[in-house]
Amino acid sequence: MRYPFPTGKNDFIQGNEAIARAAILAGCRFYAGYPITPASEIFEAMALYMPLVDGVSIQMEDEIGSIAAIIGASWAGAKAMTATSGPGFSLMQENLGYAVMTETPIVVVNMMRGGPSTGQPTLPAQGDIMQSIWGTHGDHMLIVLSPSTVQEAFDFTIRAFNLAEKYRTPVVLLGDAEIAHMRERVYIPHPDDVEVINRKLPESEEEHKLPFGDPHGDGIPPMPIFGRGYRTYVTGLTHDEIGHPKTVEAEIHERLIKRIYGKILGHREDIISYEEFELEDADVAIVSTGIVSRSAIRAVKMLREKGVKAGLLKLHTVWPFDFDMIEELAERVRKIYVPEMNLGQLYHLVKEGADGKAEVELIPKIGGEVHTPMEIAEKVVG
Amino acid sequence: MYFKSAYDIREKYLRKEMLPTIFCPGCGIGSALQYTLRAIDDLGMNPDEIVWVSGIGCSSRVPGYVNFDGLHTTHGRALAFATGIKLANPDLKIIAFMGDGDTSAIGGNHFIHAIRRNLDVTVILINNFTYGMTGGQVAPTTLRGLKGTTAPYGQFENPFDIAGLAVAAGANYVARWSVFNYIQGINSIKKALQKEGFTLVEFLSPCPVSFGRRNRMKTAPELLRWYQRITVPLNKAKKMPPEELEGKVVIGEFVDRDRPGLIKAYREYIKRAKKAMGWEE
Amino acid sequence: MRKEVLFSGFGGQGVILAGVILGRAAAVYEDLYAVQTQAYGPESRGGASMAGVVISDEPIDYPKVMAPDYAVLFSQEAYNKYIHSMRKGGTVVVEEELVPSRDTAAEKSLKVYALPLTELAEQTTGLSLTMNILTLGLLVEATGIVGREAIERAVLDAVPKGTEELNLKALHRGFEIGARIRDGES
Repeated sequence: MRYPFPTGKNDFIQGNEAIARAAILAGCRFYAGYPITPASEIFEAMALYMPLVDGVSIQMEDEIGSIAAIIGASWAGAKAMTATSGPGFSLMQENLGYAVMTETPIVVVNMMRGGPSTGQPTLPAQGDIMQSIWGTHGDHMLIVLSPSTVQEAFDFTIRAFNLAEKYRTPVVLLGDAEIAHMRERVYIPHPDDVEVINRKLPESEEEHKLPFGDPHGDGIPPMPIFGRGYRTYVTGLTHDEIGHPKTVEAEIHERLIKRIYGKILGHREDIISYEEFELEDADVAIVSTGIVSRSAIRAVKMLREKGVKAGLLKLHTVWPFDFDMIEELAERVRKIYVPEMNLGQLYHLVKEGADGKAEVELIPKIGGEVHTPMEIAEKVVG
Repeated sequence: MYFKSAYDIREKYLRKEMLPTIFCPGCGIGSALQYTLRAIDDLGMNPDEIVWVSGIGCSSRVPGYVNFDGLHTTHGRALAFATGIKLANPDLKIIAFMGDGDTSAIGGNHFIHAIRRNLDVTVILINNFTYGMTGGQVAPTTLRGLKGTTAPYGQFENPFDIAGLAVAAGANYVARWSVFNYIQGINSIKKALQKEGFTLVEFLSPCPVSFGRRNRMKTAPELLRWYQRITVPLNKAKKMPPEELEGKVVIGEFVDRDRPGLIKAYREYIKRAKKAMGWEE
Repeated sequence: MRKEVLFSGFGGQGVILAGVILGRAAAVYEDLYAVQTQAYGPESRGGASMAGVVISDEPIDYPKVMAPDYAVLFSQEAYNKYIHSMRKGGTVVVEEELVPSRDTAAEKSLKVYALPLTELAEQTTGLSLTMNILTLGLLVEATGIVGREAIERAVLDAVPKGTEELNLKALHRGFEIGARIRDGES
């Protein structure tokens, strides 16, 4: 297999470019998109690369069509991705719910910009954290990853595909305009060194018959692919294990939705990922995700130099959220600070986790600039 | 034409455990479905190579009743999903079962762009002039003066001619019949299934419960007689002045051409890309 | 070792490209960590533009330039905006023809090299737009942020096919001027 970019070496590329290359190395062979700042470079890279690896890159008529096309492609057996920003992500919400309900592995990238509405197209923000978790209607569960460097944008994209395939679920990769356009050193591994997980296909009679069942007790049914004789009927309506619509039976709805919750929440340990920095003896903790974490690390270093025992918990997964871990942290530290580029979203999750065991303070910033380390450090010093 | 019994068709292609259908007495969807299955049967197509796709509405429930792979999607989006399926696996034949509101209102943009791309798909369009599932609201196809719950004093907007739209946007094959014209209907579906690119067979299809009842046509026979009155065959329509065609619906085969389909175009594009990169001669 | 470099001027001067090339030289050819960020107005051409490059021998936390160690300022607007943000003792390269009004007080604590960069580029290659590459050569040679070979290879990666020789000519002229400046200093 020939790749249209160098592998097994360092490169100096934008976050958007890194996401596209990672997707291809993860096995993505279908991309559908619609132009939008600041995510367009992902599409442009895919448009350049996909035909060369015998994959598909297609410009749809809007973002609704883009996510629809990747869901269709996934059922036809392809690993599929789309990328967008706020306005397009809002348009995708209905079909994101469809992917949750039909348990379709897809990766949706949202490079956040200032909102609401058209807002600040070229500037970074973190105003879509709650939308990425709860944007579509109804009870639902999915996975949200959030990178803070170009290397993480690359690594987490591969992880997003692997989690999508493993858990038969949509995964949202939540970046921002800063990571999208920032160029940074990134190691592009040799294809043989990339861990790639592929979905399980039904093999046994029971797996074959129950594409929406729970044949292994882990909540994750193997996924039939169109055109291989499975004769699967897929619907966004509430359905039984076979896939037949059952729209008024309370117990069937409850069983389905609880299984979809359970297959993610029951594997939190595998899915949730984070990094600790100077947290062992910390007196105050900072909890952050995405680009702001980089300011936070610097802030911790500055605070330590001043003798303040500060530490950082940097979240790689935004959802599912480890409330217990935050509670344990809250028991160890005096205070938790949550810097984020919005007026308070992650903050509410942290506060719920802390459960009153430590004070939680939001350090909000909007307008299009990442917090400076000083802005965070000053807040902590008080 | 040799006709298998409806029982044989039903035995061979329907998911018996899903029956009875949700369709009301007198509904025309079952007829259009039967024509489609007969066309597939006549052509000897392999069901494992066919995927049925639909959006939302009564007609969109069809993929649930047939024993094929099927994707019952969101309102209006069937053709966008179909685009992904077909491009990801060009060996699959896609049949989209769609309603008039699904196609021309909420899904209008996907519809015209699927045609512009010449997506390789066969659309079976059930046009009952109304939103049947939600209880008889007017649709973009509702003819002027006809009643629906959201225009209780009679439709005041102009109707869309969906088949005409498909011709203008570049479809390879477009035909319209009423479900009454069963031989023409089956033949058109057979033609459509054998062509590359975008093909559409539209059926005027009775909805006595949600549409007929509000328009003094309580039964399917009344609706079929009404179709007889309002439909004009294409050759005849060509000779009629526009004033006389006001309020009529033209039926027939509107276009039959062989422009390259999306799959063919994309395969060429892959070759062009590899050539541009010097990967291939 | 965290070094911050800032390039600023107006759109069309190749400010962003200069930053990208420097970052690439460090990240790909010197095995250093590097990150490049940028800011520009909504207009595609002619607006103010800025590229920041941070280079380090360890992973880079905050990716933006806080107080530049080195700055290249190609316009009066850029000069006015950034001359006061420099780290004390930092090095500034100024396109003197485009920055007629200077702040001598601010420059006292800095090493400032003011040169007719556009003119020098035009003399060297016949094309004023090679000014960014010439300046890169100058900066790299005078400061040693990255090696000659690294920047050369990064330039070759970044410039359009068919212009390699032209750009190398500009780069090498930059090396010469940079070496003179450096040796004159020491």
